[in-house]
Amino acid sequence: MLELTTTRHNPLIDPSLHVWGWEIPVYLFLGGMVAGMMVFAGMAMLKTSKGEDTRNFFSLQTPLLAFMLLNVGMVALLLDLSHPLYVWAIYITFMPLSPMAWGSWVLLIVYAILLVSALIRLPEAWPWIGRTLPVTQKASDWFVCSPARMRALAWINIVFGVAVGVYTGILLNTMVARPLWNTSVLPVLFLVSGLSAAAAALHLAAKVFGKRPAPQGMISGALAALGQPLGPQPPAPHTAESLQRADIGLLAVELVLIFLLLIGLVTSSTSHGAAAGLLFSGKYAVMFWVGVVAVGIVVPLVMQLLEMSHRIRHTIAPAVLVLAGGFALRWVLVNAGQASAIVSAAAGR
Amino acid sequence: MARFGMVIDTARCVGCMDCVVACQTENDVPTGFCRDWITTEVRGTFPSLTMEIRTERCNHCDNPPCVQCCPTGASHVEPFGRTVQVTANRCIGCKACIASCPYDARFVHPKGYVDKCTFCLHRTKDGKDPACVTVCPTHCMYFGDLDDPKSTVNQLLTSRKWHTLLPEAGTRPRVFYLT
Repeated sequence: MLELTTTRHNPLIDPSLHVWGWEIPVYLFLGGMVAGMMVFAGMAMLKTSKGEDTRNFFSLQTPLLAFMLLNVGMVALLLDLSHPLYVWAIYITFMPLSPMAWGSWVLLIVYAILLVSALIRLPEAWPWIGRTLPVTQKASDWFVCSPARMRALAWINIVFGVAVGVYTGILLNTMVARPLWNTSVLPVLFLVSGLSAAAAALHLAAKVFGKRPAPQGMISGALAALGQPLGPQPPAPHTAESLQRADIGLLAVELVLIFLLLIGLVTSSTSHGAAAGLLFSGKYAVMFWVGVVAVGIVVPLVMQLLEMSHRIRHTIAPAVLVLAGGFALRWVLVNAGQASAIVSAAAGR
Repeated sequence: MARFGMVIDTARCVGCMDCVVACQTENDVPTGFCRDWITTEVRGTFPSLTMEIRTERCNHCDNPPCVQCCPTGASHVEPFGRTVQVTANRCIGCKACIASCPYDARFVHPKGYVDKCTFCLHRTKDGKDPACVTVCPTHCMYFGDLDDPKSTVNQLLTSRKWHTLLPEAGTRPRVFYLT
């Protein structure tokens, strides 16, 4: 038997580590979703560059939605910082071993990519912008009229989308002291979960915003541009369907990855086994099995399969559940991960 | 260049917490926080029990995960003595270093930056021992250069049995406990 007593009593550290609250799960969730949206936007751009149905072009407005979501995520990230006035310190140096440094620099590039990708779409979605500022029309034409430039922008979106999606997992993955995160499945799981959340969000946005007519004029048009990121043009019916088909595949892959993550932990060291135990019993188990696995993956997966085969009516319910599940996954892993710790090898002595 | 380390004789430590108070006074550690602390470890089943009392702090690891994960370089290895230090006006308070430390040795200072044991850098630069070492009434703590074979810490590590905390974390800690 082993009994440990300590006089340490540091806030956020004792009795068990809890330095990250709601902000980090929110940021990781939104960051993952933005990553997924960049990949989908890139894929739509590739189709456009091949001259397919221009209404697929609606996905080019995805970058605007992604841009707004990323801003919310960055606000959450800033709120988490306990010394936020020094945030500039990230950008006066580059620490090659720190995933957070890589992420910070990649996010700067991502902002630029999203802005360019969003701005080239504006004159077509809202012609008054092109009329008022001819330079936007010119810049848009320069990109859109050249398949080669569209392809380049598409691939840049896809590559950096994957980079952001993977980085959110690597960030946790590299922390040696938290066994629950010490699995290489985590970055892939976060990427796939981000893609699935993006598919659900785009599906949802297409359903909710797609049918409305576009407001006109300088001010209401500008407000519409912000409030209706998917634009006035309704998406082609097959677009929503292909998003749903993609989501079915992604959810299935996610289930497999979660299974692999658990197998990997359970069969590893005592510390990793104990970390997996945090997902099987205790205060995170219900959220994990009910919130993440059942409500977030299995139920929407089955619902979407039934919808695809026309056995139940098409609703937005699965998309909402997938989004809730995506957040629950980040919430459980961030919280349970912090609670996990290395079990001393000498404990059984 | 020196590579500072600490040796603590658990056979002599009584857990009086003088080191803890000395640290709080010397380093102006805010109330409610501690850079060092006492751990009591009891093993076995009654009546065959063993107890180890020890004073713990940042291990100033040779392979520090807190330095690796820091995005700004605020958490760094100081060239003088190879100790792990935090530059307050480079720290953004992301808390990645706290999460990456297997010893939970760090905390968020009320002013926002991350704080921890410095091995009393301001004293060691003057050639003095850290405050905790100097006040110990049982003289159970030793401080010195691990790269110098003639230093007291090295002599003790070659002549006595010792262990480190969580060696399986792979961080190569530099606080050693004599048994």
